[in-house]
Amino acid sequence: MEIDPFIFRLSIFILSIFIGYYVVWSVTPSLHTPLMSVTNAISSVIIVGAIIAGLAGNSDNIFTISNILGFLAISLAAVNIFGGFLVTQRMLQMYKKKKKIK
Amino acid sequence: MSANLSAIFYLISGVLFILALRGLSSPETSRQGNFFGILGMVIAITVTFFSVGSFSSGLIYVLIFLLIGGLIGAFIAYKIPMTAMPELVAGFHSLVGLSAVFVAISAFLNPEAFNLGSPGSIKLASLIEMSIGASVGAITFSGSIIAFLKLQGIMSGSPITFKGQHFFNALLLTSIIILTYLLCSTQSSNFFWMILVVSFLIGFLLIIPIGGADMPVVISMLNSYSGWAAAGIGFTLENSALIITGALVGSSGAILSYIMCKGMNRSFFNVILGGFGATEQSTSSVGKEQRPVKSGNAEDAAFLMKNASSVIIVPGYGMAVAQAQHALREMVDTLKKNDIKVTYAIHPVAGRMPGHMNVLLAEANVPYDEVFELEEINNDFANADVAFVIGANDVTNPAAKNDPQSPIYGMPVLDVEKCKSVLFVKRSLSPGYAGIDNDLFYKENTLMLFADAKKMTEDITKNL
Repeated sequence: MEIDPFIFRLSIFILSIFIGYYVVWSVTPSLHTPLMSVTNAISSVIIVGAIIAGLAGNSDNIFTISNILGFLAISLAAVNIFGGFLVTQRMLQMYKKKKKIK
Repeated sequence: MSANLSAIFYLISGVLFILALRGLSSPETSRQGNFFGILGMVIAITVTFFSVGSFSSGLIYVLIFLLIGGLIGAFIAYKIPMTAMPELVAGFHSLVGLSAVFVAISAFLNPEAFNLGSPGSIKLASLIEMSIGASVGAITFSGSIIAFLKLQGIMSGSPITFKGQHFFNALLLTSIIILTYLLCSTQSSNFFWMILVVSFLIGFLLIIPIGGADMPVVISMLNSYSGWAAAGIGFTLENSALIITGALVGSSGAILSYIMCKGMNRSFFNVILGGFGATEQSTSSVGKEQRPVKSGNAEDAAFLMKNASSVIIVPGYGMAVAQAQHALREMVDTLKKNDIKVTYAIHPVAGRMPGHMNVLLAEANVPYDEVFELEEINNDFANADVAFVIGANDVTNPAAKNDPQSPIYGMPVLDVEKCKSVLFVKRSLSPGYAGIDNDLFYKENTLMLFADAKKMTEDITKNL
């Protein structure tokens, strides 16, 4: 009997939870806020689904509800991606400027 | 682009996201990590464009909306003050939740575009995954909105509770499962909409009973939810980048919630069920008799610190509210010029989100190797001359160690009282969020400095 592809995806999912578990425990507590903002940014990879939704359908009618929701989701996710990565960058930049003073 | 090739690229971007989190294990590697994250995102987006292949005239709109969102995001990231980071993160969570909901609806209305079957006969597994994604997304959205409003102060930070709340929530959760079952067996869109409505309601009801100071747990929890929502959608779209990311973010948020709960010695359920501050308020007002308090001014504080050889600074949420981090750094610079050793002690739940204080101190150019976590520094208080508590309260309360009756008994606290003298910058004698009186205020070696944190630190600097 063939294995359902769902099982493979489930395997990826479960293993990723374990990876996440070990990786996040090794994050230094002083970087927990950047951790939250960067996880925020990467979870917006959901934009992938939004782009598929936005590009779906034929050229005659690109304004079905499904498309429009796709467009909106693209905007929301883009706010998060740009905002998330940039604000993380801004924060991490501040952790750099050490040692200079004294 | 073939499906297999794009799947490989999605896997690569998933791996890059893992490296992005891995980079955060130390400040030195963190910026490289962030770069990996950006790279992973660029790959995922590019691959998606190529895999859709036939560009309909929708492409231009996709790019326009991408640009609009990107500009807004960049603008916010550039403008936001560091003290508003908790609100920002809560706001961003709500966007992830809402876009998950939109994608799920879109997939439900137009399943062909996602290879999920046709309307009315969507694959069973997809339907379940879609419902989970949409439901968790909706909970994340409305929950984050409430968290945002509470953090922003638009909504009162005090818990809102009503009779039968937990029963009602449990009822709603059960109804989601029933609705999902009905949706799968009938394929009727009505059930799908009902799932969404009920989920929005749950998110709302879940967060309103949680008090302002429990926000670190709430934000981490919503962080986790946004991950699970993404993973749910990832299963629907059969996209490994989304599944990996969802799992990473989901476990990351869960670990942070766990760390925050441990920092308060409370179980996760205890926090979620809420109502902490509300129940304890009454006891404190009864037991409060007038006790003598020593209060001083900036000159006294400056005198004490000038004669100290080591000072430990304990920042809390009050420092963020008063935006006192820069003034504090200036004060510390002056102290250091006088050869006084200064370190910072950070309690895990200081502030309104994990790592809140660290970011503010980093913003004020405090070198991160002077900033210590509770376990690292707690033994040093006994040898320090002055503890300078600025905007923190409950996390220093000795009642957590020696009063079994206290609601915060058992919570790990900073041993501030072991210092030779304690300076407490506070606006008034009012109890902290837990509504508990702090014995430290009345101790022989405590000097209360009643003032705005920023103004007081500036005045002390002048007197040094």
